[in-house]
Order: sequence, then C-alpha cells, then structure tokens
Amino acid sequence: MAQELFDALITTFWMILGISVIFAIFLAISGLVYFIWNFINSKQNQLRGYASLKTVTFGDESSVSANRVASVAGVITVFLIWGIATGSTLLPFSLPKPFTGVAQFEYSAVNADGETGKGQVAVKVFEFGSDDSRAPNAPADGAVGIVANDTVALPERRRKIVRVQSNDEGGKEKGYKVTEINGQAIAPGGIVPFDGGEVAMLSSGSLQVRPEEGLTMEALYLPPPEQVWKRFLQLNAEGYQGVGLWENVMWSLIRVVLGFFLGCLFGIPLGFAMGLNSWLRGWFDPIVEFMRPVPPLALIPLVIIWFGIGEQGKISLLFLAALWIMIIGARAGVSGVSISKVHAAYSLGATKRQLLSKVILPNSLPEIFTAARVAMGVCWGTVVAAELVAAEKGAGKMIIAASKFQLTDIVLIGIIIIGVIGFGIDVLMRMAENKLVPWKGRG
Amino acid sequence: MSGLIVDDISMTFELPAGGSVEALKNVSIDIKEGELISVLGPSGCGKTTLLNILAGFLAPTGGKINLNEHEVTGPSSERGMVFQQGALFEWMNVSKNIGFGPKMKGTPQVEIDARVNELLGIVGLQDFGQKMIYELSGGMQQRVALARCLANDPDVVLMDEPLGALDALTREKMQSLVLDIWKKTGKTIILITHSVEEALLLGERLIVMAPRPGRIHKEYRLPFAEIGVGADLREVKQHEDFGKTRDEILNMIWDMEEEIMGRTETA
Repeated sequence: MAQELFDALITTFWMILGISVIFAIFLAISGLVYFIWNFINSKQNQLRGYASLKTVTFGDESSVSANRVASVAGVITVFLIWGIATGSTLLPFSLPKPFTGVAQFEYSAVNADGETGKGQVAVKVFEFGSDDSRAPNAPADGAVGIVANDTVALPERRRKIVRVQSNDEGGKEKGYKVTEINGQAIAPGGIVPFDGGEVAMLSSGSLQVRPEEGLTMEALYLPPPEQVWKRFLQLNAEGYQGVGLWENVMWSLIRVVLGFFLGCLFGIPLGFAMGLNSWLRGWFDPIVEFMRPVPPLALIPLVIIWFGIGEQGKISLLFLAALWIMIIGARAGVSGVSISKVHAAYSLGATKRQLLSKVILPNSLPEIFTAARVAMGVCWGTVVAAELVAAEKGAGKMIIAASKFQLTDIVLIGIIIIGVIGFGIDVLMRMAENKLVPWKGRG
Repeated sequence: MSGLIVDDISMTFELPAGGSVEALKNVSIDIKEGELISVLGPSGCGKTTLLNILAGFLAPTGGKINLNEHEVTGPSSERGMVFQQGALFEWMNVSKNIGFGPKMKGTPQVEIDARVNELLGIVGLQDFGQKMIYELSGGMQQRVALARCLANDPDVVLMDEPLGALDALTREKMQSLVLDIWKKTGKTIILITHSVEEALLLGERLIVMAPRPGRIHKEYRLPFAEIGVGADLREVKQHEDFGKTRDEILNMIWDMEEEIMGRTETA
C-alpha cells in the first residue's frame, strides 16, 4: 500500500517535472514573442498617448485587460508545440521521427559443422496503420555459404525477432549461431547499429530488429494536428457509428437547454418565495443547503436506477444540477434589494404586486443572470459526464465510444468541441447579460 | 385643519440582548402646509426614526400622526420621500424613474410624459431623460430622486439627509435647488441633516433634537430660507445672525455629545 503510493508519487513527480520543462519552453517562447512584438510596436507607434506617459506600469491597471496579441500568439504556440511533438507534416521541422522505409543489414553465421556463410536481411518499417504491411522481397544476391537472404516487415516503433536461421543450412541444429552483424562481432546481449536502427542479439541467440524510435509522440497517445483535422472532416461528412458529429453535439445541447430551462422554471419562483418569506426560507433551507454541495455527477447512479439511461434521466439530472443554483441565485437577488428601494416604491404609491414586478424582480435580475451562467456551465459539464456513463447519442458518448477503439483523434475532436461550446455558451450568456442587465455592478 | 400634526409620538423598542431603547419620547410638532422644516441633532437622537414614522415605515409605540385630518398608518404617495442615496431604480432610465409614481397609479402615459418633462426642467436635467441612472453623477442622481418624489405631487416631502453623500460644491447647488422647489411648488418639506449650515439654510423652522431619549430640545424660527430663495447662499452665510445662530447650535450639539460620552464613561 505505502510502496504503491510512493511509486505513484514518484511517477507523478517525474511527469510533472517533464510537464514543467514543456511549460518552461512555452514560457520562454512567450518572452521571445513579447520582445519581438514590442520591438515591432516601438518602431510603428510613435504616437505618445496618455498610457505611454505613465511612469508606474507595474502593479497598475494595465494588466486588468488581457493582451489579445498574446492570446493569439499563445494559441498558435500551443499548436506549434503540438505539431513539433507529434511530427506533424505541416511543419518543416519537428523532433526526430521514428524510422520508416527499407534498410538492410548483413550477417555472418556458423553452423554446427563449422561451415560459415554471409547474407543480407531486408528490413521494412511501415507507418502504423499503413495498408502496405507486406514484407519486401529478400535481396536477390549477396548470400554466401550456408546463409540465405532474409526479409522482415514491422510497424514503426515496434521490435521484431528475425528468424534468419530458418532458411540457412543447419540453421535448425544446435551449434548454429550468428557471429557478426555488418562485420561487427556479436554475442548474446550485444547490439549493433544499422541504417534504420539497431540489431540486438537476445540471450537466446535470436536477432531482434529495433528500428529507430525517434522522439515524437505516437499517434495513439497524441495524433498530429493534420490527422485530427482529417478525422474531423471525415466525422463531419460521415459521422461516427452512424451518428453525425453535429447530431451528437446537438443532442448534448438540447439536453442542457431543456434541463436548464426546467431548472429555471422551478428554481426561480422557489428562490423568490424563499427570498420573500422567512417561513418558506426556513422550510426549504435545509434541503437546498444539503443538495447544493452534492455534485450532480454523484446523482448519476441514482438517476439511472430511477429513470434508466434514456432522455428522461439525463434531463432530470440536468434539472437537478441547475435547480439549486437557480434557487440560490434568485433568493440572493431578492434578499439583495435595498430597503430604501422598497421604501421608495411604497412611498411612491406602489402596491405589493407592483413592488414585486417592478422593483424586486428587475432588481434581482443581475443575480439571476450570474446564477444562470454558473448553472449553464455546470449543466454542460454534467451532460458530458452523464453521456460518458450511458447514452445513445451525445458528445460524451462519442468520445467514450471512440476511446474504446483507441481512436484518440476522435476523442480529441470531442474534447475540443465540448470546450469550444462551453466557452461559446458563456460568451452568449455574458452578451445577454450586458444587453439585458446593463446596470449590473454599476449601481 | 390641514397640515401635518405630530402628536405626542413615543417610540420604545426592546433590544434582543435585553433592555429597551427610548428612541423618541413625547415628540410633538405642528407643521403647517408649505412649511420648510429642518431637523438637526447628534447621531442617535432619533431623527431618522421620526422621519420613518412620518413616512409610515414604522408604527410609533405612542401618540399619532395626522395629515390633513386623517391618521397616518403606513406608507403612501401623499408623503414622498427622498433618500440619501441608492434608492433609484437602476433598471429604468431617468424619465421612467421620475414617472414611476404616476405610472403605479395608472395615470395615462401622455400625462406622465408631460409631468416628467416639466420636472426634468425644474431639476435642470432637460437633456438627461433617456440616460440610465448609472450614467449620472451623484448630484444628478439626487436631482432625479427629488423629481421622482415631486412627480406624485405629494402633500409632504420627507428628506433623509438627501445631500449627505454629495461633495461640498454640488451640495451648495442642490441646496439652492431645494429652496427653489420649495418656493415654486409650495410643498411642506421636512429635511433631516447632519450639517448645521444646511439646517440653517433650509429651514424656516429648525428643530434641534437631543438624544437618550430622543426628544425635541429647541426650536428656532429662521429668516435664512426666505432670504436664500433665488439668492447666492454664500451671501446668506455672511449674514450676521447666521454665524451667531450656527455657533450657538454647534455649542448645543457639542454639549449633548459630551454629555453622552460622560454618561457612557460613568456607566
């Protein structure tokens, strides 16, 4: 137990250290681009605005707004690093790629009778997932003595034992052994390089071909950007497992919108009731305060038991995810109305009903909007997680299904789309907020 | 008999920790229609409590308020109120804020518009009708609050330190505006303030209250409000009696504060 934890800690530590190195590179690029940008800017902007006359530029308000040039450059850099690390063909440079293609090495052998020979081995290393995985023809000549030429084909980054002895004279008898590779003596445990990598002799005396592995990441772990883009176009055209890409996304969105809508429909009036009446507030308070910190994901098993894996279950789950947030938002909005506004409305002749609709309701809108933004975010996260557990359609379902077939590119596409839509939802909510409650934060 | 009669008002309430507070004790004021009254006193003298009772937000524990021969029992549009700040409706523009009262009563929109335009002129915000509240400065916001209160044509205007949050220059301009409005509309105005100068300028009658229990300590009849209408208030302040009365009242309040401090120390 302790050993296990310790090992996990050490592994994680090294991983974080590795990430830190990448992060440091990322930061260094940021610094470089900053200086380049400033250099270009200083040449162009001879205008001296108010901002340029400030002497205090550290710790002031200049970092309140994000520098959008930096944002764009940062995103481009992320893609660049992605391309370099995966050996993207879009870039003129990358980390050393694994060897692919055809190479040859020569070996000498001796058999039990002391006869010797020398022959060629053709090695073909093909790209992972390539159609052409057939072994090449064995070299036509160059074989001398007991040895016959051999051929082998293997995918990149893999190793393969070559049974060179199988077609040699006396190769199946005891006493046969390979003595040299490319003119270099070899014994069990020895390694000799050749054009495409290395040939190793295992302890049993068999030869193992080890092509150059390179430093780029394998597509299984992180496919290069162009592969993801190609897959995206394919998904866009054909869908995955019979369901269109956008159909999947639409299903997730529809669930979120319906669940969120129901959450608002019941949450806002309940929040209002709680904010306006101390008895009702006390009555519902324990339930709300208890349910609020329960992550909606923890309710998934219960919801599946109750409603099965159909739409009703998912919408109910999202309803529950939005409900508590909306109740608390509406309650805070109502409670937040200043007593002088209420007094003012009454002394201007407003009735209770008018006070509610003309003062308390609009006054609570900013709080309700804040809650709606939070609820939308939570709902979006919850729907993806719920689809991971069980669904027929949806963005989450698509990525969990693809992961079972190790289709990392589809998983990546799903994650990117989920992120972009989540961001888009927040931007839309913020735009609606600016439009509908422009007085927010400026009372 | 028309006018506002404060008849022997007392306000005693119990504290949650035990004991009770006499916020007001036997306060009686007879206010005639069209009078401009300022109420002054150290903090804790019950002046805001008195105003809240007049507005109908609080029920007194003793005595009663009569306005135009009927008893005050709750808030009503016949008694308008101007708050220190923050009581405007940010989700409405200036015109809608001012027209809020008539709108609640179901006045036709044409009449509301005419009334709002007139009031915008009176408070000097002709071009600001379509502006949102958060686009206005503090002084402008208080002009809107004044106009909104007047739009209902109340019998009595109650002002709870309406100029307290403004800077000195804006405050001076607003004091002139209050005098103007008083003269133009002939409203009964009751104004609560911390500032002795403001109380002198904006009170035909000045009531000085004393704390523990809150009560009327002394009452003055002053000429400065009448002189100040349409005049430069800085000149009014040069008036011989102005300085004398100001010093007298300041000393009075100073003594009250000292008395309170002394009492707390011995207690």
